[in-house]
Amino acid sequence: MTEQVPLVDYLVIGDDPHLVATECTGCGARFFDRRNACASCSGTQFTSRPVATTGELKAFTIVAFAAPGIPVPFVAGVVDCEGTSVRANLINLPPDPEHVKLGMKVKLATYSLGADEAGTEAVGFGFEPLA
Amino acid sequence: MATDDIWILGIHMTKFGKHADKDTVDLAAEAAMGALKDGGVTMKEMGVLAAGNLMGASAGIGQQLQKQIGQTGIPVYNVANACATGATALRVAYMAVKSGEAGMGLAVGVEKLSGAGLLSGGSRKEDDKTWTPRGRFGAVAPVDGRIGTETMPGVFAQIGMEYGHRYGGTSFELFARISEKNHAHSTLNPLAAYQKRFTVEEIMNDVMIAYPNTRPMCSANCDGAAAAVVISGAKLRTLAPDQRRRAVKISASVLTTDPWEEACQVLPNVNTLTRNAARQAYDQAGVGPEDLDLVELHDCFATAELVHYDNLMLCPEGGAVDFFESGAPGRDGSKPVNVSGGLQSKGHPIAATGIANVWEVATHLRGEAGDRQIQDAKVGLAHVIGLGSACGVHILERAAV
Repeated sequence: MTEQVPLVDYLVIGDDPHLVATECTGCGARFFDRRNACASCSGTQFTSRPVATTGELKAFTIVAFAAPGIPVPFVAGVVDCEGTSVRANLINLPPDPEHVKLGMKVKLATYSLGADEAGTEAVGFGFEPLA
Repeated sequence: MATDDIWILGIHMTKFGKHADKDTVDLAAEAAMGALKDGGVTMKEMGVLAAGNLMGASAGIGQQLQKQIGQTGIPVYNVANACATGATALRVAYMAVKSGEAGMGLAVGVEKLSGAGLLSGGSRKEDDKTWTPRGRFGAVAPVDGRIGTETMPGVFAQIGMEYGHRYGGTSFELFARISEKNHAHSTLNPLAAYQKRFTVEEIMNDVMIAYPNTRPMCSANCDGAAAAVVISGAKLRTLAPDQRRRAVKISASVLTTDPWEEACQVLPNVNTLTRNAARQAYDQAGVGPEDLDLVELHDCFATAELVHYDNLMLCPEGGAVDFFESGAPGRDGSKPVNVSGGLQSKGHPIAATGIANVWEVATHLRGEAGDRQIQDAKVGLAHVIGLGSACGVHILERAAV
């Protein structure tokens, strides 16, 4: 089987793909990047927390002009996953205002970014409509 | 004219637009010399210089400017604070004068952006040949465009859409109508980069950049500069009556950054820091939003203008759509917003913007705004926000004498 790597280290791939947040044990603030300390309380103790894989679309845009190599148009948005906001693309739906609605329910989905020269496949994530 | 008040003695803005035959130093010099002349003073009287040029932030625009218009040995502070760079320069000069270290100070902002194209988040690079985790997200490939967007039109589109999700009432057409207002305003501003009126249909049918922002709903990249001479109340009292009469009081000068809130590192939160800055500024000035005769706010995109009606408390919380629909922010409305044409039409030469919007307000307070004069304007507010984020708010008042 082809070896796989996630697009970012806060994406867990496999049978149960999901995102993992770095949560401050002092105040509960959640982050997705490598931390020096907590931006909310300056604490330095963190724990990993799985993030809900379903949520509500609370903001979006349909990007028509993007950096080279990015197919357009695509839908970028912010999903409220049960209190944790996640930045992501919306995938598996037509990128137009008739099909993308504020407040729509969505769920995490993964897709392949292709294989590198060593044959390793990168796996990305987005959110798709909750059927 | 209390001795501890801080005033703008002279202020100048260049024509915004394409200046192919002028470099940043030419434009900065034109603005600086214009502001000095406007105040009836010279470089020899300046005790401090604060200067910003975001695209050349490491080049020392302040010293380059001194070498052209006056090397007097005063301290120079070169500042860079995203789209709040100009407001930051003004505030540095203000703080130097307020502290008593300088009797007068000069603030300058300049940018050359004509033809700069799409301003993105800047993290997008070529993919590696092998998937190798890099950076704070351990990303094996650039994430801009793969995990949401870092482009400015896209980020600010989401900020407007988020407001719509929270309070309702927004639509593509509503945002386009905000843009229509500002483009209409610009037809009266001879210094605006564009003075073209658009219909709502033309705006909606123009090139889509990041829904719902079409091209005319995005700030116009252009060249320009603005500069201001800041003076203490004590020093101002020693000057001639004509200089005192045209001086404009800085009733509040505030700079904030965003306090941590859930989601603020996912989608920039431009709301809380603006609301905090506005609250501090109203407290400092002893005025409320109801006292403002005009407002220049940071409409970097049509979607941004809407949220700032609310953030600057020009309307009740959640009431920005109703505020716009009432006609209040039109130049004939009760709370004129962006009568200059705003960033969408006047243009947005980044580091100049935070002084240019103060120039616009000051010009109305002096009764010198010509065809676009807001009659009998006494109090105005200028707001900028730079992503990252930094928010500058200045409240200005007409001289009582």
